[in-house]
Formats: sequence, structure tokens, C-alpha cells
Amino acid sequence: MFSRAYKAAVTLPPLVWVTVFLLMPYLLMFCYSFWSVSASQTIVHSWNLDNYRQLLRVDVYWQTLLRSMWIAARVTVFSLLLGYPLAYFLSFYAGKKKDLLYQLVIIPLWVSYLVRAYAWKTILGSDGVLNTLLQYVHLTRHPLEFLLYSPFAVVLTLTHIYTPFAFLPIYAALEHIPRNLVEASHDLGATPGQTFWRVIFPLSIPGVVAGATFAFVLSLGDFLAPILLGGPSGIMISNIVVSLFGAAYNWPLGAAISFCMLLLVVSLLFFSERLEKKWSFS
Amino acid sequence: MGLNVTSEMAAMSATRSAGGAALLSIRNVAKSFGKNAVLRDISLDVAEGEFLTILGESGSGKTTLLRIIAGFETASAGEVWMGNERLDRQPPYRRRVNTVFQHYALFPHLTVEQNVAYGLRVAKRPDAEIVARVAEALEKVKMSAHAKAKPSKISGGQQQRIALARALVNRPRLLLLDEPLSALDANLRRQMQVELKSLQREVGISFIFVTHDQEEAMVMSDRIALLRSGELEQVAKPREIYGRPATAYAAQFIGHTNLLKGEVRAGVVHCGPLMWASALPDGVALFSLRPENIRLAAGDVTTPAAVRARGNVRQQAFHGATELIRVQCGGELVLVVRTPGGCGVLDGVELEFSPADAVLVRESPERI
Repeated sequence: MFSRAYKAAVTLPPLVWVTVFLLMPYLLMFCYSFWSVSASQTIVHSWNLDNYRQLLRVDVYWQTLLRSMWIAARVTVFSLLLGYPLAYFLSFYAGKKKDLLYQLVIIPLWVSYLVRAYAWKTILGSDGVLNTLLQYVHLTRHPLEFLLYSPFAVVLTLTHIYTPFAFLPIYAALEHIPRNLVEASHDLGATPGQTFWRVIFPLSIPGVVAGATFAFVLSLGDFLAPILLGGPSGIMISNIVVSLFGAAYNWPLGAAISFCMLLLVVSLLFFSERLEKKWSFS
Repeated sequence: MGLNVTSEMAAMSATRSAGGAALLSIRNVAKSFGKNAVLRDISLDVAEGEFLTILGESGSGKTTLLRIIAGFETASAGEVWMGNERLDRQPPYRRRVNTVFQHYALFPHLTVEQNVAYGLRVAKRPDAEIVARVAEALEKVKMSAHAKAKPSKISGGQQQRIALARALVNRPRLLLLDEPLSALDANLRRQMQVELKSLQREVGISFIFVTHDQEEAMVMSDRIALLRSGELEQVAKPREIYGRPATAYAAQFIGHTNLLKGEVRAGVVHCGPLMWASALPDGVALFSLRPENIRLAAGDVTTPAAVRARGNVRQQAFHGATELIRVQCGGELVLVVRTPGGCGVLDGVELEFSPADAVLVRESPERI
């Protein structure tokens, strides 16, 4: 239908873009991960596996990676627990208010990440809104310290930020369920509860998997929330990568950690896609 | 007009089911969406074991009526009773009514077998019973071989059978079918009409079948309820609704007809060049005359009392077993005549019909 020249003209620019700005940097990063830094702070292009060995040997690296995954897992669970009921309510019961409520979920995405993260700082801080309130009503005598600069604060903030990302695919999946299936279920004698667990939920699984993947992958790589609200105990793996590429000047080790994370995320995406395919029936 | 009153009374009595106790009783049901009235004052009884068809054009309200019985819509007014139980106050999942949906609505994530078992599962029947009843239902619709298939892997006709099995396995007292054959091609459709009818006789469950296809309605039904713009036009057996249509709309919607507007003067109906004796009082009257009740008169043999007309053939349409010819009989009057084998001569054909076949019908005024 289209001439070869036209096809080439359309496909070439994005191909060049992806190659130059995505594939080549990844390749370069991959190369870096086998190099090392000399005593005089220059990068030595000698190929070895030292960086990967160090990753396994030095506790702080793999422990931080595990903690990051644990934080991301909690964020994922909370995002789903908040996002699913919201999406379900909007899709099935919101009626005419559906569009308005949908916009209300989307609008926070337009607000800068930093603003939202800082907002939590003013809420959770020692003389923040929450502590002031708790002391005012005499529930506590001293400010609660664990609220800010802790993994708790990071999980809370990331849940707030990534819940819309979990919500959107779930909502889309629920919207795609033909309503006559729900009617058929009721017609066959299933109560609303039975209908949810036997028809609606199974058919929304692709959305749940996509939402969970979004929440997990995005929060796993997050580095601003831990910087602003995490404190020493809330450090995540990306913060280590940032410092290795910055002040610590150990690009090769930073590249090795980055590559491990990339591998983790890509395999996650691979599995979630298989899972989504298995559960989609359209 | 005296005759009009009697035909109205006949129409009213027909809304009550012929003989037998009424299984379902629809009483003065009305439904409006906002200002838009979809159903107006519908009263209709369905007998035990009856095959009732709700026939109507799209937008006539037939699907809405079905959805009110199933419980997916609430009536704005009126009541629905099943035996001595008020049905319209129950949620759909408590009604002993099952539906075969227009597009089948099979659960895509469940196998054929699991789809059929669904109603029994949610009713928490014992496993052994479920297995036996599902196997029996699949057997009945000849789909045992596809028990493990997903709905997307079987054809439209097969999905149709599964939808039927899924509903019947619950042994409902009443089965609702919402244009279940409309998605099938013509041949399969005719085959399914016969199968569905014999299945209904076999299981003895009352069927309410919704369709816009008058031929389908005639073939399958014990009674037809003709719905027009949210009101019942006529409720009668197929032969009766065809032979004695109550209204101009009923006459035109079901089969072909000639609508003749005549003027009655002193016991004689005048309609263009046609004239026949009648006991009607003076005034304007509307008659339905079926094309097959008009004959091409052979030579000069005259049947006494027959109405005769002479005209020229304007058009012939071949319909296989019969042909429909349009004959212009002087002035505006065009009669459609059904003949077994068309018509050799075109000009100066003689037509005749018996005045008894000109059925007095009520006008069908426009409704919004």
C-alpha cells in the first residue's frame, strides 16, 4: 500500500532515536560494568568481573537491593488495595459522576512529583500537620519520630504517587468487561459477591498484573522519595547508583548495579506480559 | 362501530393465557427512561408450558419488557407476578427465570462445561449432581464433544446451544430468549428454530421469545404478542393474528396484505371500483385483504357473491413457490395478488375475492 521509501522515512527516525539514545547508552553501561577505576581516579578499560563480585560480597549493596524490593512490594500491595476498589467503584457504580471522578484520579499526575513528596514532608515532620494534631488531641505527648525519615514515609509517599498508575490499567480492564456477563451471572443466580469473585475479578486480572507491574517497577527505581523522606534507614538502591555515578566516582560499579536492576525489571516485564496474555480472553 | 368493539374485547381476552393456570402475569407494566415512555400499560399472561413470542420492530420495547421480567430493569409502574409471588421486587438472582442473551454472554474465562455448571455451582449443589446435570444438558444440545473448549473456540451456532444449555440446566420455570437467533445465518437459523421448538416441547418449560422476525414468530409460537411503540397491538395465536389481524399495523407487519380503505353507505362497501355488501354502519372502514385470498378469475366462470375487479399487471415478483403480482385496478387502487405461477397476460386480468376475506381492521394511529 505504501512505497518502500515512505515506509523507510516513517520508521527510520524512531529507529535511529532508539538506537542512539537507548540501546547505545545501555551497551556503553554494560561495557562500563566490566571496567574499573584506578587509584588515580581514572577509568581503566580492563575487562573483568570484579564489580559483579563486589556486588555479592559487600553487604550494603545486596541488602539495599533487597530492601528496595521489599519497599516496592509493599507499595505494590497498597496501591492495588487502594486502586482496585476505586477502579471497581468508578467502573460499576459511579454512574454519571464517572468522568468527573476519573479526572480527579488523573489530576494528581499533572502535579510535580517534588510537590507531592514535599507535601508529605510537611504532613509527617516533627512539627508537621499530623504530629501537631496528635499532640493537640493528646493522643501523643512527643512528636512521633518514625513518621518521617523512615521506610514507612517512603512506602506511604510512593503509594500515594503510584496508586494512579495501578488504578489506570485496572480501570481499563474493568471497563472492558461486557456488562451482559454481569447480567448473565445474576441471571444464573449468582449474588453480587459471587459475581465479583467468579466473573469480574478473573476478567480484570490482566489489569491487576499491569497495575502491579507499574507500581513495582516505578517504585523500585525511585530515588527522590528516599532522598526527601527516607532518612538513613530508607535508602534505596537507586540512591546508591546516584552516589556511585556522582561523588563516589565509581562508574563501573554503578553500571554493574544498574545492569542488574535492568535485568530484574526486564524479566519482571516479561513474566507479567505472559501472565496478562494467559488471562486475557478478548 | 360495533365490530370494532368486539375485536377489542377479543384482543383483551387474548392477553389472558388460553386455558391452564397463568405462570407469569404481567400487570399494567409501564417503563419510561426520563421523559421517554418505552412501555405503556402492558398486561400479559403466560401459561405453564407455553411458547410466547414478543414480536416487534426495534425500538418497540420488546427487549425492555424482557429485561423487566428478568430483573435487569425496574418497571416504572405495574407488577410482575409468578404464581402468587411478586417477581418484580426480587433481585434477578432470586428469580426462577433464566435468560438466553442476544449475544449469548458466555463467560470467556470458563470452559463450555464450566459455563453450563455456573448456575449449579453458585447454588452450591453437590459436585456429583453438577457433573451429572451438566453432562445431561450438554447431551441435550449435542455439545458433549466440546465440553472442555473455551467459548471463543466454538462457532456462533454452538455458542447458542451452550447459552441454551447453561440456562436450561437450572430447570427454570420460565426461559427468556432475547433474539437468540439473530446472529446466525439464514440456514442455521431455520434449523435452530425447529430445534428450539422441539426442545421447548421436550422440557415443557414456558418460553418467552423476543424477535423482530415475523416469520420466526409464526413458525415457533403458541401465541404472539405484537408490540408497537410500547403498547400491545394484538395478542393471539399465529393463525388468528394472520387470519384475523385486529389492526392495520398487525395486518401489515405479519405477512403481506392489501389495506383497503372503503366507505360504507347503506350496507354496501365502496372502495374505488370494488363493491361488496356488508352489515357495517355507514362511515369509513379499513379492511385487510391477503394477496393469497385474491384469485385470478378464469374466463367467465363467476363465483356468486365474489367481488370482481379488472386491471393491468404492473409488476411481478418471483418468490419461489409463489409469485406476487401488482395489479392496477383503475384509479389509485393497486392490489397485490399471490399466484402459484405468475400471470401470462398482463393487460385486462380479472380478479376476484370473497368479501369474507376482507377483514375489518382498526387504524393504527401514529404513536410517539
